[in-house]
Amino acid sequence: MKQPKEKQPTGNQLQTGRRQFLGGVVAGGAAGLAAMHTANAAEPKPSAPSATRPSAARVAAETAVPADLGKAGPGMPGSDFMLDVIKSLDIKYIPSNAASSFRALHESIIDYGGNSKPEFLNCLHEESAVAMAHGYFKITGKPLLTLCHGTVGLQHASMAIYNAWCDRVPVIVVGGNDLDAAYRPPGVPTFHSAQDINAMVRDYTKWDDTPVSLQHFSQSFVRAYKIAMTPPYGPVAISLDANLQMAPVHMHEGKMPTIPRLVMTSPPQGDSGAVQEAAKLLLQADQPIIVADRAARTPAGIALLVELAELLQARVIDQGGRMNFPKTHYLSTPPSAIGSADVILGLELSDFWGTVNAFTDNNLNDGHGSQSSRIKSQTKLISINSVDLNTKANYQDFQRFQVVDVQMAADAQATLPALIEAVRKAMTPERKALISSRTSALQKVHMEDRVRTRTAAALGWDASPISTARLCMETFDAIKHLDWSLVASEGNVSNWPNRLWPVEKHYHWLGRSGGYGVGYGAPASVGAALANRDLGRFSVSIQSDGDLMYAPGVLWTAAKHKIPLLSVMHNNRGYHQEVMHLQRLANFRNRKVNLGGDMGPVGTSIERPDIEYHKLAESMGWWAKGPIKEPAQLRAALKEAVEVVKSGQPALLNVWTQPR
Amino acid sequence: MKLQCKLIARTLLVTCLPLSFTLLSSQVHADAVRGKTAYVQNGCWGCHGFEGQGGIAGPKLAPETKPLEYFNAFVRNTRGIMPPYSEKVLSAQDMADLHAYLKSIPKGPDYTAIPLLNTP
Repeated sequence: MKQPKEKQPTGNQLQTGRRQFLGGVVAGGAAGLAAMHTANAAEPKPSAPSATRPSAARVAAETAVPADLGKAGPGMPGSDFMLDVIKSLDIKYIPSNAASSFRALHESIIDYGGNSKPEFLNCLHEESAVAMAHGYFKITGKPLLTLCHGTVGLQHASMAIYNAWCDRVPVIVVGGNDLDAAYRPPGVPTFHSAQDINAMVRDYTKWDDTPVSLQHFSQSFVRAYKIAMTPPYGPVAISLDANLQMAPVHMHEGKMPTIPRLVMTSPPQGDSGAVQEAAKLLLQADQPIIVADRAARTPAGIALLVELAELLQARVIDQGGRMNFPKTHYLSTPPSAIGSADVILGLELSDFWGTVNAFTDNNLNDGHGSQSSRIKSQTKLISINSVDLNTKANYQDFQRFQVVDVQMAADAQATLPALIEAVRKAMTPERKALISSRTSALQKVHMEDRVRTRTAAALGWDASPISTARLCMETFDAIKHLDWSLVASEGNVSNWPNRLWPVEKHYHWLGRSGGYGVGYGAPASVGAALANRDLGRFSVSIQSDGDLMYAPGVLWTAAKHKIPLLSVMHNNRGYHQEVMHLQRLANFRNRKVNLGGDMGPVGTSIERPDIEYHKLAESMGWWAKGPIKEPAQLRAALKEAVEVVKSGQPALLNVWTQPR
Repeated sequence: MKLQCKLIARTLLVTCLPLSFTLLSSQVHADAVRGKTAYVQNGCWGCHGFEGQGGIAGPKLAPETKPLEYFNAFVRNTRGIMPPYSEKVLSAQDMADLHAYLKSIPKGPDYTAIPLLNTP
């Protein structure tokens, strides 16, 4: 069947329209300048203007809404129709950095759509915009759309897109592009155009398209949304042609282009035979351990994991890609427990090899380091991982290859009900009694671990700069009476929040960046805080210094859009991971590492001059204080900052901390 | 054969070095203030914190600092996550000073005495 084709304006029509528009701008500008010149001039006889004043008819033609525009239907701007498509998917915000290649859609958002659902959020960097969408999704479970310039903007955005890809987070990235080389404006717009803008992010997006008609756009946009939102989630990219945005909507065989109905795709569930095999192995185990990374996509996922763990009396190692398991539960256990397991169930692990093997960067084996197993040789491994359905070749986010005994290419949360059911069915009364007998020993182990953790946290408690344990617990004490959400914890504070805070709800811990691209923390915090603002929750982030300096302009975005967020800095004045790497390398080579007068090796410290982050934040509209170097100063400052955030403003405390 | 030689060499190293350092350290005057400087300048703080409190990157070094002999043997010969420090990088004097610094760090409060660490 022949597909209906949209009637497009001819190239000449477009060219004429654009020239007329530019001509009008030039004439209007020249006329204005001439008028100013006349008003200010002392000469009695003004010189002749270089351009004639436009006639009333010409002014009307340049400024009035054309007869066939400004209404929904044939003749409406293409970008208005595009906005209708976007609205149909209930996308609430569009964090973006303004760019001419999507000017038509931008104008439609603010004037046709009333800048509401979606609301355009003014971002100062595309990386910030995508990372905001990343953080927003982790709170709401709903994707945002971000617009960017097709080439330069997408290049800025690409790091954040890679983070979203590795973290299995859907973001809809739409890049403006002027595809038609015969008619695109010369100069800058052409520098900013490409044959295939999506090529640069294709390796780390789930899907992309370049629509060439409005009907094509609506179908591709809805398809992109569905693909992004089907586990494993991931970012998608749509190239948005400038001409398609500008041109009016035309009828297709007497009908307007349609917007497809959204029907969500069910997540993939594990094969029933494999589920039964997994249940059998888990039931036979004496020391089953569940390891979860991005298993709980929703709060229901947490409840399912608790149910399975209690059914089996299996300890759970939460690797923290998401909040998978309550840290207060007696079955919550640290990663060191893995060595005792006889069966390991891995749920959405980003790195199964790294879970069961150790790598030591000790310069052995010609500098490759040494590798060893962390588990017993007879330990059985089960994997349920939806990412197995979406592996690409180039970027190595799929990690080292690990042989497992039962492998399900399926979504863990969607498979858990079947697995729980299979375990219940196969459970004999004898096995049930045996499993129940484990409980008291496991509760004891949990309590012992709790004491060990707190003993470690007390070390250096009164140190200056402030210990990371003290930083985290003073912060928690200031917010514990609120419905709090830790929106990011960047820069490595020895994982104290997960070890000491009662992390129980899905919004208590949102995981990390995914791709470990530095610069995620600040913008993702702002995006998550935006979502929490709408839900009435209190947002707090542990903000590292290096991360903030990648794109600090997001602080301004938070102030501009009144996004309340308490940002407590873990300012250890350096790229600390690199401090340790350089020291290690120098030692391996039997050389004294060159500090260049700083604390850390040359090129790793962020000091002399010390960045005054509190002043930076103040300059962008935040309430801020610092530097706070003594632990005794922290409580009062936190109390003040919490009140500021409760009033609806963002607040930052610049705290000097111990390295880790 | 080559592997055996390596093993023997490593065994000798591990056995003999602590003895040599014990002898050396008995001849040097250890100074905690100099040790603190050496601790910062040689990157010990990077993994163990400025107070030797440790963290996710390295174990605690203080309080209850290990004996100097153990300290010397480990620092010179470790093949774990921590890189070894040779005599060229940290002299015997530095090692003695470092150890004196770590021993001088007072024991902090027990966690049970810190209200913030006793929340449910």
